[in-house]
Amino acid sequence: MPSYKIAVLGDRDSVLGFQTLGLTVRPADTVEEAKTLLHTMAKEDYAVIYLTEQYAQYMGPELERYKDRLTPAIILIPGKEGPLGIGMAQVKKSVERAVGADIL
Amino acid sequence: MPALNVNPTRQELTRLKSRLRTSIRGHKLLKDKRDELMKQFMDVVRENRALRQRVEEGLMRAHGSFTVASAIMSAERMEEALMYPKQSVELEMTFKNIMSVNVPEYTFRTRNDDPGEVYPYGFATTSGELDDAVDAMSSVFQDMLRLAQIEKTSQLLAEEIEKTRRRVNALEYVKIPQMQESIKYITMKLDENERANTIRLMKVKDMLLKEAIEEKRAEDARAVQAFGGQMEEV
Repeated sequence: MPSYKIAVLGDRDSVLGFQTLGLTVRPADTVEEAKTLLHTMAKEDYAVIYLTEQYAQYMGPELERYKDRLTPAIILIPGKEGPLGIGMAQVKKSVERAVGADIL
Repeated sequence: MPALNVNPTRQELTRLKSRLRTSIRGHKLLKDKRDELMKQFMDVVRENRALRQRVEEGLMRAHGSFTVASAIMSAERMEEALMYPKQSVELEMTFKNIMSVNVPEYTFRTRNDDPGEVYPYGFATTSGELDDAVDAMSSVFQDMLRLAQIEKTSQLLAEEIEKTRRRVNALEYVKIPQMQESIKYITMKLDENERANTIRLMKVKDMLLKEAIEEKRAEDARAVQAFGGQMEEV
């Protein structure tokens, strides 16, 4: 069975801690850098990529592109500055997409 | 009136009727699929929300501890302490089939199972706050992986539901009424043709009868005339 890797993408301070868990940590200093990193990682065998909301808010189209694919699963996590509510909004959006209205 | 550019023939009618049957059957099946998907999706999305809340809270705690730790320790020290992890994670991905949607299922293997082994550094040069941070991080990790699985599942399900819903609606509100309309049109046209045919036959029959009667009359008249001539001679 092929084994996959897990990556964390975000600004250096936010992602450093994940290194202790044995995850691949990819610090990015700018949004542009994060975008390139995301695309290269998507081509490699990363099954899950955790992305900080601070970068995710500028990466809408990139996230949309991988949403309907099986890999990678891009999961938003709050960065050091705290949650921006984008992750929750995405859950809401997928409900709206499926049901046609927000029923939760 | 839409889609009336069909040939009003019997063959076309049979074809349309069988297509309508298939469509109605497909519509019912798709509707069932949509309902079941929706049921599954609701369960998944509820868990997704709860899990996300938990993960966000857990991560904020971890980030808080890291901030405190980085205030006490120098940045280089901290980076040095975290640089070489003892732990490593391998992820295995299998697929589960929910109503013909492939969703991922992650199982992960850690190289070290001992919970005391998560600290990748000696305790001499680091502060206690860093230990707390690492602790908080590793305790939230299980939930994070579960969140990844659940969130991807809910995204994929949402996509499939959207597609199925569109199909159901297209069949229900466009395709099936259109076909019914066409079938009605062809039936009417064929019936009309048949009536026209009957009428035409009746007319022809009338005309033939009239002709025959006329002929008969003419013959009679000739006969009478011939007979009348003979009578005068006698």
